Amino acid sequence: MSEAELIEKIRTNVIQGRVTAEDEGFDEGFEGEPATVELVEEAIDREADLKALIIDGLTGGMNAVGGYFESGRYLIPDMLASAEAVGEAMDILAPHLEGAGVQSKGRFLIATVKGDLHDIGKNIVSIMLKGAGYEIVDLGTDVPTEKIVQAVREHGPRFLGLSALLTTTMREMENVIRSLESAGMRDTVKVLVGGAPTSPEFAQKIGADVHCADAFQAVDYTGEQAA
Amino acid sequence: MGEGFRQGVVVRSPFERLSGEERERLDRASRSILDEVGLQCFNDEAADVFARNGCAVTREDERSFRVKIPGAVLGEAVKRAPSRVKLGARDPRNALVLDARLPRVYFGSGSETNIWLDAHMETFRSEEDPSRRRRLAVFTERRGTVARLARAARLAEQLEHLDFFIRPVNVQDEDITEQNHDVNKFYASLANTTKHVMAGLTSLSQLDNVLRMAELIAGGKEALKDNPVVSFITCTVKSPLQMVDDATQKLIEFARREVPFVVSSSPQGGSTAPVQEAGMVAQINAEILSGIALSQMVNPGAPVVYGSVPVRSRMDNLHDMYGAPEFNRYNVDCVQMARHYGVPCYSTAGVGDSSVPGMQATLEKIFTYLPVAMSGAQYIHYAFGLLERTNVFCPVQAVLDNQHIGMVKMFLESPRVSEEDIGASLEQIRKVMASRQKLYVRFVRRGLRDGSVYAHYPFEGADGTDGVIEKALARLEELWSRPVRALPGEVKDAVFEGVPGILGRLREDAREEMIKEGNR
Repeated sequence: MSEAELIEKIRTNVIQGRVTAEDEGFDEGFEGEPATVELVEEAIDREADLKALIIDGLTGGMNAVGGYFESGRYLIPDMLASAEAVGEAMDILAPHLEGAGVQSKGRFLIATVKGDLHDIGKNIVSIMLKGAGYEIVDLGTDVPTEKIVQAVREHGPRFLGLSALLTTTMREMENVIRSLESAGMRDTVKVLVGGAPTSPEFAQKIGADVHCADAFQAVDYTGEQAA
Repeated sequence: MGEGFRQGVVVRSPFERLSGEERERLDRASRSILDEVGLQCFNDEAADVFARNGCAVTREDERSFRVKIPGAVLGEAVKRAPSRVKLGARDPRNALVLDARLPRVYFGSGSETNIWLDAHMETFRSEEDPSRRRRLAVFTERRGTVARLARAARLAEQLEHLDFFIRPVNVQDEDITEQNHDVNKFYASLANTTKHVMAGLTSLSQLDNVLRMAELIAGGKEALKDNPVVSFITCTVKSPLQMVDDATQKLIEFARREVPFVVSSSPQGGSTAPVQEAGMVAQINAEILSGIALSQMVNPGAPVVYGSVPVRSRMDNLHDMYGAPEFNRYNVDCVQMARHYGVPCYSTAGVGDSSVPGMQATLEKIFTYLPVAMSGAQYIHYAFGLLERTNVFCPVQAVLDNQHIGMVKMFLESPRVSEEDIGASLEQIRKVMASRQKLYVRFVRRGLRDGSVYAHYPFEGADGTDGVIEKALARLEELWSRPVRALPGEVKDAVFEGVPGILGRLREDAREEMIKEGNR
């Protein structure tokens, strides 16, 4: 298998949403065949062009998946499976990226605010953004404001995503923004807010940079900021 | 026998209203109606058959007899009815197996409405705020024609949850007469769907012509026996308890020829039968059993189906009422009674009292689909497109009904909790709990593709608007654009040659026929 064929195979496996060999794909006939993880490991062993692998294999695959989703052929589970495959690949590639001349898209810090234990939306956003090439720092659920501010200081993320499902806990988002201002770090990070009770008006009122109704809007927003 | 016929849905542990004791009580009541009150029989031959088989037959008046059927005679006759009836189809994979011992449920269309309701979308502007616009469905009533019947059959072919075809519109073309009515309605149906075709017979004189057509399509006399592509419905009893001349004669002839047929009765609770559950079910059961018994006296083993269509009468106009809670009670009870006698059950669900598609129609339809299917009725007719009782057939409503019946069938599928299923689920739970994100979405993919996982309502509107009818209309157009699975040329030729009375224009391509039909 040539290097170009290997990268094409990685692209196909991303489209199929296959992380490891035991995963089924979207189409029939993939079970047992090496998947994204095994193929990326092989590429590293062969000292393949990792930049091409990321651009043509992983990003190219995700772009195709985005098209399938828009046309209705793919649903969210298919998108997430593909994003997960890319995320796993990026974890494996991380130590090799600098040497390959690939720049990270940066860190994305994400948390469900204090008092709120809901994390499905947050996890989906994490998977999608990781699939889009960001380094995710996930602080989990019920995270106190001080801990979020401390993490911003420590990790220096480009983006901070705050999630809440309850009308009672969404107010906590405002506390996070005020604390970032007090600590003099508000301008260092773009703040994205999301979750069922939130809205663009709410985001504007508390001084967030953007409201995202779903994971796709988060991917779009971060992409626009990077452009 | 796993392949070679439609699978329908087999209901595990059917829903039952009646206890064993209540069933026995209703059986005794029906027997006592037939034995003590008796039937008023307007058919001479039937009176003769009943008399020869041990019934008390006396002259009632010039035109009718009083027939009293002793319980033992009734029981013996009903026992001879087969518990399994096969209904064939042009495509044998579309055949149906009705087995009284197995609650395998099929849904189909019916029956003989006068109005065909077309729909299209128009944009309306608010008088209060002209910047606000809405797309709304506008309905147009048309009369039933042979061409529209052909279109209905073509739609039936494409609706995946429709298991059998009973014509949903009356044909009222000017060149349709009593004599050619039957051959044209059966031909328009059979030429446009490969599913089972059932209908009533307008004129007994046409029975042999219809059977000749069916033989030519099935591939001969013997082939038709193995694969009866057509079957019949006869309503022998006009409620209460009057065995009418013409429908009874049809029953006798169907039984003689051993073609599958339904003995159907449709009393109205409150007008032609007691409104109370006990009285309604005892009476309709007696009416149906009298027909089944007669068929078995004529020809033991004749393939007959227990046809129950009990409805409520509404008290503001005495019309039939299908969306009433009593309708479900009556029908579920009848399904149980049919099972009690070991005869497959033709039942009823999905008629809207509403005259247009919408909230009322959907409620009334689903309200009856669910309990009747859950009770394990083998053959549920009237389930597609019917509105305004049975006066209107609306194709776009049939598309919606197909979706909703699919959901009902999916709900009724047997549980999948085998050792293998449990093992796979535990493995999934282990994997997800070992992952960071703890999400099961990845494991939904296969089910979404093979249909074992429900995706979402396909006619959902966007941006706060109700897009159901507009989307269903688009789906309807797509279904109608699909090619017809036409009869082979030589079969078509043989039918036109061997069966008199079929209109020449039915020979033309169905699509051209549709265009010609236009908005007439």
